[in-house]
Amino acid sequence: MAKVLVVTSGKGGVGKTTSSAALGAALAQTGQNVVVVDFDVGLRNLDLIMGAERRVVFDLVNVVQGDAKLAQALIRDKRVETLSLLPASQTRDKDALTPEGVERVIDELRAKFDWIVCDSPAGIERGATLAMRHADMAVVVTNPEVSSVRDSDRIIGLLDSKTAKAEAGEKVEKHLLLTRYDAMRAARGEMLKVEDVLEILAIPLLGIIPDSEEVLRASNVGCPVTLHNPISAPARAYADAARRLMGEIIEVVTPIERKGLMSRLFGRKVA
Amino acid sequence: MMNLFNFFSRPRTAPVARERLQLLLAHERALSGKSDLAAILQEEILAVIAKHIAIDREKVNVKLERDGTISTLEIDIEMPEAVLVRN
Repeated sequence: MAKVLVVTSGKGGVGKTTSSAALGAALAQTGQNVVVVDFDVGLRNLDLIMGAERRVVFDLVNVVQGDAKLAQALIRDKRVETLSLLPASQTRDKDALTPEGVERVIDELRAKFDWIVCDSPAGIERGATLAMRHADMAVVVTNPEVSSVRDSDRIIGLLDSKTAKAEAGEKVEKHLLLTRYDAMRAARGEMLKVEDVLEILAIPLLGIIPDSEEVLRASNVGCPVTLHNPISAPARAYADAARRLMGEIIEVVTPIERKGLMSRLFGRKVA
Repeated sequence: MMNLFNFFSRPRTAPVARERLQLLLAHERALSGKSDLAAILQEEILAVIAKHIAIDREKVNVKLERDGTISTLEIDIEMPEAVLVRN
């Protein structure tokens, strides 16, 4: 039974695309058939983060409007056999997506894949509501920062009211993914703690991704962080989160990014 | 030595963030669904008043203010002297 998972946040720049790519790749590495779908029409970026930007021919809008077959638009990942990408359009605007068209594409994807990971655009407008529309599960990506937590609260409200599941009287399974977390700053009282965010948003914790240089390194070369450096702290945190999505029970530990003394003193990498 | 002193006396800002969020979200959650409470109240209050006296809709002002744990609803209706004199 295929699962539709939306990765959403309300606020921009918190790590939705990074998380979609990392979770998608981690799920695919366990042998599951995974497609990651970019819903950010007009500002596509998932192709770049996954290193497939030069292989895009057709996109989600072409498939929704019937100009291309689904199989023509899907891009198979070169590193993980069971991972595919359905890119967004770069030239069209968000109104190019219709609710009926999206529903038809999601139904078609359900027949082919085990996981359909929908990378939502920022905001609470049409693009974001269409991305969450058919979700069975949601990963709410949140930074430990006031505006991100507030926007996540709005998104949780939308997941409980505007999705197909909610309208049918069912619940979308919601999970909190705390990203850009700095355990040292939280311990010093400079950053909201995990418990603070959990208490305020009141949804179960899927994982804590440490603020790490590895994330930028992976995006520089167009590789999901879980594939680029699997033993790094963020990669391990994403891999554990993916296993929790599949129903495994793994204790969440607060990851501490190991920094050398010099880097801690001068705030950047030396040598 | 000064730097070390600053390090230990740095104010903890996270508790402030937490408190501000808790207050704000309590309000926003209460209002969600009833998208514009002030507008709904205005309509219903006007309907009640209109049953008894003729009022000019342009001369009605409804204000909902939120401040900490207390909210105030202010309704301002300008009425010509004539409507108060019943015959």
